[in-house]
Amino acid sequence: MSVSRRDFLKRSGTLIVSFSGVSIAEPFAVAQGPFDTHPSHIDPSTLDSWLAVAADGSVTAFTGKCDFGQGMLTTQTQLVAEELCVPIGRVKLVQCDTSISPDQGTTSGSQSTPTNFNSANLAQAAATAREALINMAARRLGEPADQLGVTGGVITAKTGRQVTYAELIGNKRFNILLSATAKRRTPSQWSVLGKPIPSLDRVALMTGQFEFVHNLGVPGMLHGRVVRPPEVGSTFAGLDESSARQIPGLVKVVVRNNFVGVVAEKQSQAVLAVRQLKIRWNAGTGLPPQSTFYDHLRKQPSRDVLLVDSKDVKQQLATAHTVLRATYAYPYQMHGSVGTSCAVADVQADRATVWSATQSAYPTRSIVAKLLGLPVEAVRVIYVRGSGCYGLNGADTVSFDAAVLSQAVGRPVRVQLSRQDEMAWENFGSACVIEQRAAIDSSGAILVWDCENWVASRGGRPGYDQPGNVVTGLLLGYAPEPITPRVPAEPTGELRNRENAVPSYVSGCINGKCGGTGTVRSERVLSHTVQSPFFTGPLRSPLRIQNIFAHECFMDELSASVQADPVAFRLQHLRDARLIAVLKSAANTARWEYRPSPKPGHAKSGTVTGFGIACVVYEGDNGYAALVAQVSVDLASGRILPKKFVVASDCGPISNPDGLRNQIEGGILQGMSRSLVEEVTWDYKRVTSNDWETYRSLYLDLAVELPTIEISFLNRTDVPATGAGETAITVVPAAIGNAIFNATGIRLREVPFTAKRVKAALSAF
Amino acid sequence: MSTISINVNGRLHTLELDPTTPLLFVLSDELGLRGPKFGCGMAQCGACTVILRDHVVRSCVMPVSAVGADEITTLEGLGTPEQPHPIQQAFIDEGAAQCGFCLSGVMLTAKAVLDEKPEASDQEIGEALGGVLCRCFAHFRMIRAIRKYADARKA
Repeated sequence: MSVSRRDFLKRSGTLIVSFSGVSIAEPFAVAQGPFDTHPSHIDPSTLDSWLAVAADGSVTAFTGKCDFGQGMLTTQTQLVAEELCVPIGRVKLVQCDTSISPDQGTTSGSQSTPTNFNSANLAQAAATAREALINMAARRLGEPADQLGVTGGVITAKTGRQVTYAELIGNKRFNILLSATAKRRTPSQWSVLGKPIPSLDRVALMTGQFEFVHNLGVPGMLHGRVVRPPEVGSTFAGLDESSARQIPGLVKVVVRNNFVGVVAEKQSQAVLAVRQLKIRWNAGTGLPPQSTFYDHLRKQPSRDVLLVDSKDVKQQLATAHTVLRATYAYPYQMHGSVGTSCAVADVQADRATVWSATQSAYPTRSIVAKLLGLPVEAVRVIYVRGSGCYGLNGADTVSFDAAVLSQAVGRPVRVQLSRQDEMAWENFGSACVIEQRAAIDSSGAILVWDCENWVASRGGRPGYDQPGNVVTGLLLGYAPEPITPRVPAEPTGELRNRENAVPSYVSGCINGKCGGTGTVRSERVLSHTVQSPFFTGPLRSPLRIQNIFAHECFMDELSASVQADPVAFRLQHLRDARLIAVLKSAANTARWEYRPSPKPGHAKSGTVTGFGIACVVYEGDNGYAALVAQVSVDLASGRILPKKFVVASDCGPISNPDGLRNQIEGGILQGMSRSLVEEVTWDYKRVTSNDWETYRSLYLDLAVELPTIEISFLNRTDVPATGAGETAITVVPAAIGNAIFNATGIRLREVPFTAKRVKAALSAF
Repeated sequence: MSTISINVNGRLHTLELDPTTPLLFVLSDELGLRGPKFGCGMAQCGACTVILRDHVVRSCVMPVSAVGADEITTLEGLGTPEQPHPIQQAFIDEGAAQCGFCLSGVMLTAKAVLDEKPEASDQEIGEALGGVLCRCFAHFRMIRAIRKYADARKA
């Protein structure tokens, strides 16, 4: 059965999406324009690509930005209800189905809100629809459009005459383009947006009714599991066929290049099959020792980018009064989703459907087509929520696994990764080394800031044409996107600070145009991308958390070197009003006591307490946060216990204060886990942190000593909306590190701040 | 293969099964239940939690043959969307989740400890949750919801 948008539209009153069919794309393709992605058959410039009003007045909105627990289902539904002036219960949001929703690329980088809530895309579509409906009503009622009011999907003239949306457009297409001039409702008019609407999925979640991709069942579905190599770089050498003979329920062992998987009637049989199969693997390529890995990173050939260079840093550093140097290190960390990644694929001879928790439905469709040898139009990817991903977890790779296994057996196959396969082969958050050099002038101001980072990288998001960027593609014979060593070009154009490689305190001047947020004129930022032995990919605040850890701790070191207060010293070097505002707000809310750090007269035993601060403009322009951390340090054990976090947040107009609070709270605690315990480990052959015993995370027993949290919302309604899901987490490691310094005088330059490391540093102090 | 009868959420199911099959796979794949989920397969995270004989068990490591005649309660067995169990209602009221994948472990563990000891302190509740993992870190809301449920239960 085929589902076209037209069929969908007809049925959208009952809001049933058929999961059994594949839509073959309409035979035309148009450039995606605003999405900066590949052409698709759903033209984002037309209103019907975004919205449909059914005969009963219900509204179906189609979005290319999906909800994976961060709240985009609720806020996007609010947005549509607000702009269309209909009750929120009348809006149904369809997320990321390549056959029926516009291609908005990947849901990532805190870009969903800026993309869909400002002056284009979903927001503009809904505003266009309201304007179009009012104009239709004006014609129908014979009244001027500006004399009409709208409430609850009913348009009313001053005379009292009324017409409903359903009467005007029910089950019909608008057949108009998105209007750039359609008036948006302003925050002062909002009655749905900006309100703490409880998340729309909560009742289903709490009562165990919510359908995750893990819960999907398709008629005739089999169960697959993959067999990943035993070592990094191992290749397939052979299968002992006899080992497969006695496995009950085994349907097929699938070997394609170095990809090995099994398909069985039942999930438990697939698990058993993986255990019993005897597969021979060639030895791996070996791994650099973990103990010296950060040094190793700095010695590799690299692809270099010079983000800013005032050309005088060498000379300034050579002649400066006081020069400080420090090297920071950040480990590989995992997404570590609670549920291992899962997908269901139904591949037939000429078409395929994949139900996937990917953040990248459209790109995944292209990769699946490539892996299966099908035209892209013959593949449909339907987003179904998985376990929280925090970036590129295993959702993409397992979708490829399911597609390959389903094609091999000609039946629908569900694949869920084992815990070990998930953790040993996911695309980790990058390990980084960040080297800082700065000089202070005789007045106590920063004269020069010189920063270099080394970022371990391999693969990443597969995008539309790089299957080898994740493990399944690699095993199938595709190479990861290569890192070609390159000397940097001179910086040109606008300052680019997507990864927060440029500290907030430099002026960021390129050819006289200063795009930075700080005052330091003598500046250089050089970034080296280095080949990683492990796959890497975006993990909540990718490279931003690493860079900001180094910048904000080093800023603390600089302020300590001149006995300045860390807040005052930051303010002295900032010129961005919004960053200054969050910094002041966090400090004021925390009743920050202005003083140099560290505290004088450290205790030698017992518990000491300290405060630390850090701030960020996420990606240079996508949200502001400042955080004050209060931590206690047990001097005997080295254990760090955060007691309180005070955070100030500015993300422009707030779509949903409760959703934002949830993101900030979760981000702070996740950041705390990453600051204190999380680190990928390996031996000379393989990743050794491949379950929850070996990869440490904070658990819910954190509740015993849960820190308190206080949030100051700077709800700015006069600026565009920015992302907010990654700002708070970004500043956690630095704020905690600075608090430890304040309490003890020890400066920890390597994450995580485990009790063992703290104790060692205290002993050496 | 054996014939095995299990009582889940008040309904008796008789199935032809390999008796070593983990209970989780029976609940999710044979009975189509959505509450208990596969997180690790090693009893390290709690996503597969169910209640059996008033105690929480990790259904990913329990063979179905070990269940016996006693009733298993899963998250969907506690209450319905129309009539949620009070602990579910407390979680709904507090919006105590992000992705929600971990909820079986969080809610059922908290319920079991409070059923056994209604006066349990925050410390005791926290310790009981020691093996439950929420990687979205929705802890603040979860703890608030559990406290609310515990207080209402006492009252």
